[in-house]
Amino acid sequence: MDLDFTPDQLAFRDEVRGWLADNVPAEPLPAMDTPEGFELHREWEGVLHEARWSVVAWPEAYGGRDAGLVEWLLFEEEYYRSGAPGRVNTNGISLLGPTLYAFGTTAQQDRFLPRMASGEEIWAQGWSEPDSGSDLASISTKGIRDGEWFVLDGQKTWCSRGAWADWMFCIVRTDPDSERHRGLSYLLVPADAEGLERRPVGRLDGEPAFAELFFDGCRVHESNLLGGEGEGWNVAMATTSSERGLNLRAPGRFLAAADRLADLYRDLTEGDSPDGGGSIEGLLDEVVRAWTGAQAYRWQTYRTAAHLSGGGQLGAASSMGKVFWSELDVELHATALRLLGERGELVDAVSGAGPDAVDGGSWMSGYLFSLSGPIYAGTNEIQRNIIAERVLGLPRK
Amino acid sequence: MDFTMGGDRTLFAETLRDILDDACTPDAVRASWDHPSGAVDGLWETLADTGVLGLAVPEDHGGLGMGEVDQVLLLEELGRAACPDPVAEHSAVAVPLLRDLASSAIQEEWLGRAADGSAVLTAGSPAGGSDRTLVLVGDRADLVVLVVDGAVHAVPASAVDGQCRESVDGSRRLAEVAVETSDDTLVSADPAAVAALWDRGAWAAAAQAVGVAQRLLDLTVAYVAEREQFGRPVGVNQAVKHHCSNVAIAIEFARPMVQTAAWALATGRAPDGTLPGGDGQRAVGDVGPSTVASMAKALASDAVDLACRSALQCHGAIGYTIEYDLQLWLKRGWALSASWGDARRHRRRVAEGLGLMRP
Repeated sequence: MDLDFTPDQLAFRDEVRGWLADNVPAEPLPAMDTPEGFELHREWEGVLHEARWSVVAWPEAYGGRDAGLVEWLLFEEEYYRSGAPGRVNTNGISLLGPTLYAFGTTAQQDRFLPRMASGEEIWAQGWSEPDSGSDLASISTKGIRDGEWFVLDGQKTWCSRGAWADWMFCIVRTDPDSERHRGLSYLLVPADAEGLERRPVGRLDGEPAFAELFFDGCRVHESNLLGGEGEGWNVAMATTSSERGLNLRAPGRFLAAADRLADLYRDLTEGDSPDGGGSIEGLLDEVVRAWTGAQAYRWQTYRTAAHLSGGGQLGAASSMGKVFWSELDVELHATALRLLGERGELVDAVSGAGPDAVDGGSWMSGYLFSLSGPIYAGTNEIQRNIIAERVLGLPRK
Repeated sequence: MDFTMGGDRTLFAETLRDILDDACTPDAVRASWDHPSGAVDGLWETLADTGVLGLAVPEDHGGLGMGEVDQVLLLEELGRAACPDPVAEHSAVAVPLLRDLASSAIQEEWLGRAADGSAVLTAGSPAGGSDRTLVLVGDRADLVVLVVDGAVHAVPASAVDGQCRESVDGSRRLAEVAVETSDDTLVSADPAAVAALWDRGAWAAAAQAVGVAQRLLDLTVAYVAEREQFGRPVGVNQAVKHHCSNVAIAIEFARPMVQTAAWALATGRAPDGTLPGGDGQRAVGDVGPSTVASMAKALASDAVDLACRSALQCHGAIGYTIEYDLQLWLKRGWALSASWGDARRHRRRVAEGLGLMRP
């Protein structure tokens, strides 16, 4: 056990830190899920890519630095602490990317990974359907083979970034007689495919961050089949492991929010804020509890990284991380709102509410976003079932 | 950065587990309630032979000369077995304090005897701040390490007046002690020594609490998978599953911090990156091993509290009986949660490290 970073790791961290200090935009970008904000965030992905920071853990051939897990965790810590813009292509880089490495053909990797790394192609996830949320295996959108093509009919919903994304990764039922986990396939669908219509849906904060996808005889070429035909469930489970585990939500994001929460408390108790003074000091315990939670996630993650580096698997244990970080995120933001009292409801950036971890938004905006965490990527109720059955070994029925 | 405990440490912990499974059974723990010294017969000598008691004693005093990272898994095993003997206070609190801070006269007199088990050392928590410190086996230990008037002293039994008090946990033999100090008993008057005593006690309690929580979870999972109602195991019900999952999560995120605290105590500093650093980022607070030890205790106390509550609820009435063994770990859990400072007390210490307390 050695909790010091190596000289190489420290040099890497210094390089990240220096580059971010010189390049992070002084003014926060407009919200990611607006037409203007989406394109500006895409441009930022290009800036990151140019300096080879967009996908540090990927091979150099695809725009990365071949960085190890610890370096990647350090990158995330520095990235979020710098107040850099949110990452608009997370669905691609963090979810589909690892799945492409695991299941994609060389041709598919060559075709998709570089443009994912540069932000040229932004990805959305098309999994949930109106009648299939937690019960993903019940999906009914069909993809019937017609020669070299799959013909899609059906509807997807809650597609984050789906309104403006360039590509979607979808699970469809390619065997119409199949049930449940069998007969599903994983398809990569271009947004401009004929027979695909998209309808933006306003999220809780009002931004059109979701989309519904309507497939009506939409033709997708078989070269866009990821993994084998009928093997979609296995491929999808690889993606969910990334979604729940540390690929999507490294500790850096929460460490930054926790430090900002501590700053907020300090400012309110030291300054002349109308909400400052004695009344909020009773919240100190909650502030420290949330801050400590972020530290706990950091060390559980470094331990997980060592486990993975030693050849271990993440498996169902990723569900423990997902519950922990999503509920930590809510706790961090809810605590900030309690500190702010009456001013907590303000969502304009000049409210004095203090910058949140992402894009200088208010704590309330961050709170609204955090509330999605216990729902997406499999609700936390589903995760707790998985932990009980697959980690602890309790009977299913 | 390499967060692995290593095979040798894991092997040592497994060896200790086997010893405790054999010598510190639930029946043996119960028998300690009525034992004149509160000990498990023969266990102290066995642990001396395996080197557990003298693990942190330098080799030239007859110990193994090992450190906190070597010790953390062993402490967890002591909790898992609900070990009544003051092994943690002796080997992970009193011995390191003497090793690091005491005069060579005190070291010469006590470290060798601590290693071979011929002396029982214990330590008292400064968390209460009272002049009547509660000390595990304070009435029968050969040497008590504790804080008197802001200084750390190591007081031999002849200068200790210990009045036994009854704990909810019959296998914790507690005494309220009054001591006579002298120049000969002084270990250190440096406030840092008081912090070091508290750090070690809190960390040792945290590691044991994780072991208790894990044992409670293991017992509960086994019970609800077996116990049938309505023609099926109660563990198929989502409400029961979620109790178990919540405990598993709490342990999963407390344990690495306890191991991180072991490293912080061994190196005397908090790991790099605990606070933000670098250009344009606010330099705040001053975190050291105390902050990390307190985070570990806060997380472990919360985890064991949840484990106790959930274990009892999932067992139902059988868990509420004195005959059933679950109560051994419930009571140890309650005791360890508050011992050496509860979660809230340690979060205040973290707040001090973060510079969040008004001067």
